[in-house]
Amino acid sequence: MERAPVKDWETDFDVMDPAYVLDPFTIWDQLREVCPVARTERRHGAWLLTTYEDVTAAAHDVKTFSSLEVGVIAPEEEPEEGDLVLEYGLPPISSDAPLHTWTRRLLLPWFSHRRVDEYEVVTRELCQNLIGGFIEAGHADSAADYAQQIPVRIIAKILGVPDSLSDTFTGWVRDVLEFADDRDRVRRGVEGIINYLVEEVARRREDPRDDLISELVHTEHEGAPIDEGIVIGIAALVLIAGIDTTWSAIGSSLWHLANNPDDTARLVAEPELMDTAIEEFLRAYSPVTMARVVTHDTEFKGCPMHEGDKVLMNFPSANRDPAFFEDADKVILDRIQNRHVAFGSGIHRCAGSNLARMELRVAIEEWLRQIPTFQMADGAEVTWAGGQVRGPRVLPVVFP
Amino acid sequence: MRITVDASKCQGHARCYALAPELFDVDDYGQSTVRIDGDVPVELEDRARLASANCPEFAIDIVE
Repeated sequence: MERAPVKDWETDFDVMDPAYVLDPFTIWDQLREVCPVARTERRHGAWLLTTYEDVTAAAHDVKTFSSLEVGVIAPEEEPEEGDLVLEYGLPPISSDAPLHTWTRRLLLPWFSHRRVDEYEVVTRELCQNLIGGFIEAGHADSAADYAQQIPVRIIAKILGVPDSLSDTFTGWVRDVLEFADDRDRVRRGVEGIINYLVEEVARRREDPRDDLISELVHTEHEGAPIDEGIVIGIAALVLIAGIDTTWSAIGSSLWHLANNPDDTARLVAEPELMDTAIEEFLRAYSPVTMARVVTHDTEFKGCPMHEGDKVLMNFPSANRDPAFFEDADKVILDRIQNRHVAFGSGIHRCAGSNLARMELRVAIEEWLRQIPTFQMADGAEVTWAGGQVRGPRVLPVVFP
Repeated sequence: MRITVDASKCQGHARCYALAPELFDVDDYGQSTVRIDGDVPVELEDRARLASANCPEFAIDIVE
């Protein structure tokens, strides 16, 4: 898509601009310094919050900042007649109370740390099998051949859908999240997901199994079955939010290690640092920016915000804010003070954060166990996705 | 050293559990609780500080 160059980042920001996707860090540093609440008129307009203080304040003020629109990229065009739409959005992420409250309560036990512990063995085996597929070759695309292959298969297991469709699921989710500027791709992704889930839901009605879709179909809320639109919305959320995000975090962590052999060597020599290292990767390379919509005219940090305005809560920039984190731009594997908000903050804290953390930790542990030294391939051309979710999509590395 | 979790602030990030499972548990809905009675064992004091310093909701208080 043709894109006008950014005039200046304070009043004309574009989170899909190639310069921002490639290196948002310097832009955030500049904005936090000179214009912490930035503005754009692109795509019907939006505000961009960049400091830890402002991002967490907005996340907690759910009366002013509604979750009814969480997409960072608003489509330029209105939906056309005949377009499939998710009637209830993606509860609970794109809803406010009361829908948010009860749908979140339904979902949370599926991602409790006890449940996530049960997925660890299969995640580890999956990582080992993936590595086994390329270790002899001495090189791999660690984003496409490894990171991208992990979360989708665990999510498929939770939903109860076949992991042989992993590439299809990944394609739909990328269409929705990474190509939000491209109306045809978004339409293809949304239709793919809805049509697929409608069929799966019908199948679970007849033949319940031990999976999340079955539970949603057969659970009652206030004495009645859950509306099918809500069931499909929740299942679609798990698919959309559980794949691209964690894969991006795994990829960015590997990108850091490939480029920082001292950190790799230290993590191999001192595996007891893994827990703080994982939190540090999540802080320094947080993948996800979320949006909110302003519910009433208000002033926020001197900026006149109007009902209906889109506000981007830039969690990745908050996590690099030097006013809150010491040496915010450095990756410190044993960082102690680390109240990062990679999974958000307040009542919309990522419901899948336990799962994401486990997948990231196991993916890095298994990689380092079998590939303790590796580096970027000569002349490697790394590509990044950005906008709502930032992470490497092509990441060629070599190892002895 | 004593530790407390403010239930009204906790949002279930479970960072305390990830970093100090000996000291904290988190229920199926994300509510964290302190697992021990009384003083934090001396050998776990650093873990308690780490958990507190990683809570995004400032929900863990430490009294030394």
